[in-house]
This record gives sequence, C-alpha cells and structure tokens, in this order.
Amino acid sequence: MSASEWIEACGVDDIEVEDVIRFDHGDRTFAIYRTDTGDFFASDGYCTHERFHLSKGLVMGNVIECPKHNGRFHIPTGQAKRAPVCVDLKTYSVKIEGDKVFIQI
Amino acid sequence: MAIVVQRRNYSITGPENQRAQAKGLVAAEWYTSPIPRPKLKELMKRKNGPAIRDTLIWFGGLLVLGYLAYLSWGTWWAVPAFLAYGILYATPGDSRWHECGHGTAFKTPWMNEVIYQIASFMVLRSATPWRWSHARHHTDTIIVGRDPEIVAERPPVWKILLMQIFDLYGGPIEIKRFLLHTFGRLESQEKEYIPESQHHKTFWEARVYMLIILSVIGLCIYTASILPALYVVLPSFYGFIVVLAFGMTQHLGLYEDVLDHRLNTRTIYMNPIFRFLYWNMNYHTEHHMFPMVPYHALARLHEEMKSDCPTARPSLAAALKEVIVALRKQKDDPAYVVVKPLPTTALPYMHGVEHNLNIRSDMG
Repeated sequence: MSASEWIEACGVDDIEVEDVIRFDHGDRTFAIYRTDTGDFFASDGYCTHERFHLSKGLVMGNVIECPKHNGRFHIPTGQAKRAPVCVDLKTYSVKIEGDKVFIQI
Repeated sequence: MAIVVQRRNYSITGPENQRAQAKGLVAAEWYTSPIPRPKLKELMKRKNGPAIRDTLIWFGGLLVLGYLAYLSWGTWWAVPAFLAYGILYATPGDSRWHECGHGTAFKTPWMNEVIYQIASFMVLRSATPWRWSHARHHTDTIIVGRDPEIVAERPPVWKILLMQIFDLYGGPIEIKRFLLHTFGRLESQEKEYIPESQHHKTFWEARVYMLIILSVIGLCIYTASILPALYVVLPSFYGFIVVLAFGMTQHLGLYEDVLDHRLNTRTIYMNPIFRFLYWNMNYHTEHHMFPMVPYHALARLHEEMKSDCPTARPSLAAALKEVIVALRKQKDDPAYVVVKPLPTTALPYMHGVEHNLNIRSDMG
C-alpha cells in the first residue's frame, strides 16, 4: 500500500496572496495557504485547540490565526505560536504543476 | 402561594457540563452572519496606530488624574478625584485585558502581550488562567455548565451583583486564587480549562502579582498611609462600577444554551467616551461572532451585519434597564428571557440543536 499520494487540491489562482482556503478530501479537511511571498503550503484543516476550520482565519505573512480563539500557527512548519494553541499543526508537502496545487497526504 | 424556583447548577465541573455535551452544545458550530470574505479580510486587518494612540491617552490620563488626586489628598475633593482615577484605571484595564488577550488590539504580538500582562494585574485577573477561561467563554458562550464567565445565574443573586459594584465578590475570589497559584495549586474548575502545560506559567505569574501586592502593602505600612494602595491594587475595587455596568449588559437577561450570538449577546450604541473606555466592546454581538476583527473595526463590522441582527440597544442606560427588568422577572421565572425581533433582511435565529420551546420571552 502506498504510504502517501498526491492529490489535486485547487488551482493556483483559487487562493489570493496572503489567504487560505478549505479543501475537503474524503472525510478529511485541509487548509491550503498562500503566504505573503506567494508560496503555497498545506495543513490539517482544523485548529489543534478546538475543532474550528482554519480556512475562516486570517493569514498574516506566514502565520495563520484561528478564527475562534485567535491562536496562531507558523504556516510552513505548523508550529504553535500563540495560546490557546499548544499543539503543532500537521503540515503536508505541496507541489505546483501547471496551474494546479497538489498536496501529499 | 409561594413559588418554588429550581436552580440550575452553573458549575463547570457539575452535571450541567455532561448535559451540555449530551445536547451537542459543546464546541458546536455557531451561527455567523454572511459577510463576504474580501470584506471580512479587510475588517480583520491589524494595525498598531489606534491602540498605541489609545494606550498613550489612557496612561497619560492616569498620570493627570493621579496627580490631581494627590493634590486633593486631605480634602473632600479626594473622593471624586480618586473615583475618576479608579474608573480610568479599572475600566480600560478590563477592556485592554480583553482585547490584548485576543491578540487583536495591536498588530505587533509583543505589544499585545505587554499590555495584556499589565492590564491583567491592574484588574487583578491571573493572566494565564483568564486567557483560558475566556477561550472557553468564546467556545461555549453562555452554555450552562461550560462557560466559566457567566456573570449571574438564574434567578440572580442580587447580593452578589450589589457587592460587585466594588468588586467585593469577584475580587476576593481572585486574590484567593493568587494565593493558591503562588503555592502551586489550582481550583478544581481551573483544571477543567487550563492545560497542564500552562500550570507552571500560572504559578509564576501569581508569585509576581503577590510580590507587587505585598510591596504595596509594605509601602503603606512604611508611609503610614493608604495612599500607595489607592494608586495600585485598590482602584480595581473602588473604580469597578463602570466595568460592572458594561459587563452586565453583555449577556444578562438573554438566552442560555443557544448557538446564535444574536440571541445571547447584546449590541449597544454608546457615546465616544464610553467607547474609548470599553474599546468598542459595546459591539458585543459582532465581537463574539467574529473575534478576529479588532476593536477599531467593530463599528464598520456592525454596519455590515446590522441587517442580519436585532436592532442595537440605543444607550447604556436603555440596556441596563432592560437587564434589570429581565433579572427581576427571572426571580420568579428563571426561564424568562428578552428576545428582539429580527429585521426582514435577516436569516432566522438558530436556537440550537434542542431549543426549549417553553421559554417565555418578550418580543419588542
């Protein structure tokens, strides 16, 4: 069985610079980010503090702020940066092919 | 005939906690008004300017009023002078604690943290425990058995509310918590919402607070005067009245156990002075629905949302009157709540997964 696979998540133009969108695949949910430098990243879709979609949050540079309690994560590494989040966010590899964004899950 | 009123158990470690979970009210999906994402992103943008300006005005005001109070010491003028100082100490202390706790007041994270720590001490709230308590308040707003920040139970205990004019109920509880934390212990309810990784920080913060409090007491003894304590520590008691007035209007008299902030939170129009003191938390429904929007953008958010919300209360006095009337009715009928009709442009109220249709309410 393959350990991971690349999944097409969205188009490059579907995400504005310094923004995030939600991507659901099967019963899982992910957040796909485009930071202020234009780089793409992906993580689990829910905040590790409580089950709220990060896609409704605010991207500031390379940080995502949860919409419910203002906890923050470093997008490239998923590192928890501000309470009430204490647990790091799981991140996924991203690649761009043509005008599509793929994530490795 | 005597009316027997059954009280619910508001403890977050009691049976209502399990009941809320069983009803699907815990960490649930709440109603949000439809605001286009580009507009919301614009409103969520952070700035340093407004909060730096307001902080300079606040501390400048404290210096001026503190000096006037010093000059008046020994005369009857000291009473209004210290009352004004105390109100300017405690009221923005409360609102700055709140906004900086959310991390939205300033754009720069350390600025939020510095003002959060200072304001937490000023209003005698343990910085770390209250950060977690407030996170729970936002997750489960006015869900009985879950929200540790419900101001008054139903039916209300008037003695507690009257004591709170000078923070004589909540203040001593906080000081008792400082003592517990200083000795490395937590209350059982605090263990419910503060993760273990934060306990150490909690204990050290309390030790710093106790050191400052003991230093102020020592200075009072050394100078044989209460004056030092009138500037630090005591203002959060004698200047508490406006904090109470603002706090009472946020949720009291409205629904419990619903998943729509339009039903359990009040928005009020206030004058610019109150809005400065309160840092725009009079737009409280807006704040709860979109806690990422900083205080300086809440009036604009209100304009975006008002077609989806009940009419804002016209003034602090009107809101307080509504609250007091509702609390008096809850004395005999704890299920009584105030509910305002929605405009025709609004989406229907979301009462929650299992709304109690027997609740009595006023429409108007």
